[in-house]
Amino acid sequence: MTTPLLDARGLVVRFGGVTALDGLDLSVAAGETVGLIGPNGSGKTTFFNALTGFVRLAAGRAQLAGSDITGLEPRRIAAHGIARTFQRLRLLLELSVFDNLMLGQHLVLDHGPWSNLFVRRRFTAEVRRQAEAARALLAAFSPGLPARLFEPARALTMIDRRRVEICRALIRDPALLLLDEPSAGMTPDETAELMTDLLAVKAQRPALTVVIIEHDMAVIERVSDRCVVLDYGRKLAEGPYAAVAADPVVRRAYLGED
Amino acid sequence: MTSSVWPALAALVVSAVGVLALLLAEKQWAVIAIIIAAGAAMFLARRFDWNERIRRSGAANSRKVFLAAMVLVVGAAFVMREHNFALLMLCTVMLMMVAGLGLTLQFGQAGVVNFAGAAFFGIGAYAAAVFATKTALPHLLVILAGGFFAALIGSVLVLPLLRTRGHYTALITIAFGILFKTFLEVNDALGGPQGLKVPGFVLFGHAFNDPIEIDEETEWSFYLAYAGLSLLLVAAAYAFVRRLERSWIGLAFDAVRIDETAASAFGVNVAAWKIAAFSIGNFLIGVAGAAYAMMTGFVAPTSFTFGDSLILVSIVILGGLGSALGLIPAALVVVVLPEKLQAIQEYRFLLFALLVIVILLVRPGGLLPRALRDYRVGAPR
Repeated sequence: MTTPLLDARGLVVRFGGVTALDGLDLSVAAGETVGLIGPNGSGKTTFFNALTGFVRLAAGRAQLAGSDITGLEPRRIAAHGIARTFQRLRLLLELSVFDNLMLGQHLVLDHGPWSNLFVRRRFTAEVRRQAEAARALLAAFSPGLPARLFEPARALTMIDRRRVEICRALIRDPALLLLDEPSAGMTPDETAELMTDLLAVKAQRPALTVVIIEHDMAVIERVSDRCVVLDYGRKLAEGPYAAVAADPVVRRAYLGED
Repeated sequence: MTSSVWPALAALVVSAVGVLALLLAEKQWAVIAIIIAAGAAMFLARRFDWNERIRRSGAANSRKVFLAAMVLVVGAAFVMREHNFALLMLCTVMLMMVAGLGLTLQFGQAGVVNFAGAAFFGIGAYAAAVFATKTALPHLLVILAGGFFAALIGSVLVLPLLRTRGHYTALITIAFGILFKTFLEVNDALGGPQGLKVPGFVLFGHAFNDPIEIDEETEWSFYLAYAGLSLLLVAAAYAFVRRLERSWIGLAFDAVRIDETAASAFGVNVAAWKIAAFSIGNFLIGVAGAAYAMMTGFVAPTSFTFGDSLILVSIVILGGLGSALGLIPAALVVVVLPEKLQAIQEYRFLLFALLVIVILLVRPGGLLPRALRDYRVGAPR
């Protein structure tokens, strides 16, 4: 096996007396889609937060494409090519859809005062180019969205907000995309629709690597190549969905069967 | 879809005439009549849905409207050429707008609270006093030095500002403002409680404090020259802040204000953008202070109290947080009304407090709320 895109070893995160991650090892190959499941409080979101630098690791290290990202600030980790969504949507609701997508492009955009303030022709050319790219990406998720590019994000429905949040993470072509429960707050039909869009986008970008946290088992079964089950901050099981779902240990811990 | 320039232009001319009448009105009944007329105009505009048309027309023709506004200010100043006090108020409104632009950039756009606006205004004013007396620096540079020093001394606050959030940040700036005033009062080199005299502005050999003699009988107010200077400063500051807002830089400020977590997840250097907004804002506030000091010829610690900081903040809230355009009506209300309505002069702090509370309850976006960002300056959609 070649070196994995993401290689996390022995991750430990403690909140006071609670150990949220307890020596977790997890590696993800380039192009793979990994479903991360586990009961509430099993450490899934903490794993994302640790990877993206929002919580401090007590021990362990993480590597992305061979470079060490352990202990870096969130903005530096973003520069290494990790993009994420949040379980509780973190769109900038009072700004336009375009502004939200451009936050995703922050590291690409030219922030120099010269082009931003004085040579506006160059700036507006960049705006036009970015708006094109944004429309194309939104269209992959929903044909109606590109027309709403300059509307406030607040005006969108829940599913469209989720779509925009995923687009914001995708627009810079990240190496690793972390999706934190994209189905939260949506109906099963809406979730299925969103996953269809996601699979279509994934088909266009074979190199894109995805880790997805989900409670909805149907989603995990549909989108993931491999499944990792967490419990009490440890890896309980790992493998293709069918095998993991059939594992008696997993069924007892997670699916609630004896 | 293009939008005609006329609705915005008409609204601008009507407002300018109203403001001019208010500035020149001497009788109390005339002042009250003008205020009632303004209220009626606002009611009518709302009743017949003119506001949206005016807004769209202004947004689509921002350059023309901006130039027209400047021409109208020049015209109004010319009409008032023999009225010292009216011109002084016009200049004060414009300089308060410059300070308000700085504050709205910090507070309304990047979310860095600053309750020490008057202190940075004061730093600019004292810097102007010192540089204009002790050095031969050309006076345009003296004004820039006022801004520069406000930004420089503001950097003392950067570390504590970055380590705190919300109320604590507000407290730090309040403490700084109070310390600044106390420091001035005990510092004899800066004149102590009596303050300092500031020389008038001189540009290319023309002393702004000399009245402008037209012929043997007519003499124009020396404030006319200061009105020109203030207009220059406010136009530059306005164009600068608007361009900043409509750029990737403005987007970064907004992201930092709304959600630091989301911003940093996408690579935004939250601390650096906060420092940038704070320093640029303080620069503008300092420039306004320097120009104001040179115009009034005098600086003293009592002009830069916590109360004055609150006045600045109330201008920003009244106009609409982050809204550059809203500063125009807000500065007019806060500067001109108490001078014109003698009945409220003594209660002005109370009334501003009430006004801010009412605005926050009824119209939280302010008088002219900030619009969604449109990156295309002057271009139709």
